Amino acid sequence: MAEKKFVVGSFKEEAVLFDAVKKVRKAGYKLHDVYTPFPIHGLDQAMGLRDTSIHTAGFIYGIFGTTTALSFITWVFTKDWPLNIGGKPHFALPAWIPIMFEFTVLCACVGMVLTFCYICQLAPFVKKHHFHERATDDTFVMAIECTPKTDENEVSSFLNSTGATEINVQQAETGWWLGTYDKDTKPF
Amino acid sequence: MAIKEFFEIPKKFKTWSLALMGVGILAVVLGFFVYGTGDVHHKTRFWASLLHNSVFFLLVANASMFFICATTLAWGGWQMSFRRVPEAISTAVLPLGIVALVVLLAIAWGGHHMTHIYHWTDEAAVEADPILKGKSGFLNLKFFTVWTIATVVLWYVLGQKMRNLSREIDEKGFDSAAEARKYIWKNTVWAALFIVWFSLTVMSTVPWFWLMSIDAHWYSTMYSWYTFASSWVSGISVMALFVVYLKNKGYLELTNDEHLHDIGKLMFAFSVFWTYLWFSQYMLIWYANIPEETVYFNSRITTDHHSGAYTFLFWFQFVINFLGPLLILMRRGSKRNYTTITIMAFVIIFGHWLDFYQMIFASVSPEHVELGWLDFGVAALFVGIIMYATSTALTKHPLISKNHPFIKESIIHHT
Repeated sequence: MAEKKFVVGSFKEEAVLFDAVKKVRKAGYKLHDVYTPFPIHGLDQAMGLRDTSIHTAGFIYGIFGTTTALSFITWVFTKDWPLNIGGKPHFALPAWIPIMFEFTVLCACVGMVLTFCYICQLAPFVKKHHFHERATDDTFVMAIECTPKTDENEVSSFLNSTGATEINVQQAETGWWLGTYDKDTKPF
Repeated sequence: MAIKEFFEIPKKFKTWSLALMGVGILAVVLGFFVYGTGDVHHKTRFWASLLHNSVFFLLVANASMFFICATTLAWGGWQMSFRRVPEAISTAVLPLGIVALVVLLAIAWGGHHMTHIYHWTDEAAVEADPILKGKSGFLNLKFFTVWTIATVVLWYVLGQKMRNLSREIDEKGFDSAAEARKYIWKNTVWAALFIVWFSLTVMSTVPWFWLMSIDAHWYSTMYSWYTFASSWVSGISVMALFVVYLKNKGYLELTNDEHLHDIGKLMFAFSVFWTYLWFSQYMLIWYANIPEETVYFNSRITTDHHSGAYTFLFWFQFVINFLGPLLILMRRGSKRNYTTITIMAFVIIFGHWLDFYQMIFASVSPEHVELGWLDFGVAALFVGIIMYATSTALTKHPLISKNHPFIKESIIHHT
């Protein structure tokens, strides 16, 4: 991915941030993302993000888990290695339900976590640009992407008028890259 | 926003509730002449149908009070905008409780000459039977009577206390935060008392007495939870139906899709919970394969060696009480859709009504499934009573408790 230019504003109050998000969208600037220390109800609607489809993915992973578990156990106990367990039939479905259930849950949640990490571009040993260090502490950070036509000074003063406290312009890589936080600062 | 405080019963609604009650009374009278005066098998059929419907609908109506007390105890606020609805449904505990008491005591005291429902009421049989004799400290007429009466009376009295607490703040709000805090605490204590009594009854002894004792030799530790899960998920569905109905009539302005979504989540979650118990009870008995336990499933399941008459009903419940709600209510959109919620609420209530039917009739008449006009007719009576009692209660008090300290939390509720 290529590097892009962003105008970054930080906010101290949730309520101010909400209004700012609405104003920025109304003014037609390209909202890259908002970084908050904790989840904020209604912020995704305010930002105009669509509903997530991670649950659809979760459902598919779950179905995959159920069918895998069922077909594997069936193959093991009826074809590959039939055992007489307490005189029960080889195809002993009730006894397998708990395992099928557990495997469904396992596949659904592990699959969803990995999908989530991939979509958010998070993984061990990879690096992503931080717009503001305190976005994980007490500051709400909004990044506005600049297009070739954008005038940074104009965006900065606009952000200032919406109540942003710290405003700066950053040149940043949006994607993830390999590296560690203490050493590499630039993508290669 | 103008808020319509008082519910006015639409004419059509009133006609329906009265018509259903009329049909029900007709069915009971007809049933009495067709079955109730015949031999002991016919009488069993008649009384078991009354038992099935009165117990099911009583537990369903009482589940509304459980909803109120559970949310109160958890200091929940989201339900405040429609809390008057379960409050109104729970008033039906009075008429349904009286009917259920009459039916239960008639069956128990009628003994084995009248019906073959409660085998343990036959003293000669108990004397000759070491298992029943061993259980007679619990399963005896005196204890049954006292406990049944205490159960219904305390459900009503504690429920009435909760309703009164809610209504007493309609006229006048709170002057200070300390006063409001005290009010919340008082609610919490009474809700806790109701929950304790609820656990001692619905979640343990009452299903043993009223339903499980039909198979007096058999027992299952899952049984009470199973009964509770059935009645609780149906109770939530009844609540959902009334909320949707009132919304469609233009009431409950403060209740929106977010609240309906949460009610839908409860319907979804407790359908799964019911299935968990349904399956666990079956699997443990299947796995152990001890004849004294598997006897329960003889009439309910077909195996290589015999065919149970209730097999279809038993597996059909898996479809409408689990697969249906699971797949249909899983999506977010369907929990926010009035039509889907209404259809699923009807499906769930009907499914659990069938579940209760199977619990009782597969034990009292294991050979044949005789589900017919009598059962549906008697059910109409109870549906009519719930509709009538709920709508009457809704007209008497404001639909929204505007002075409740948590009402704002409900207005801004967001899932």
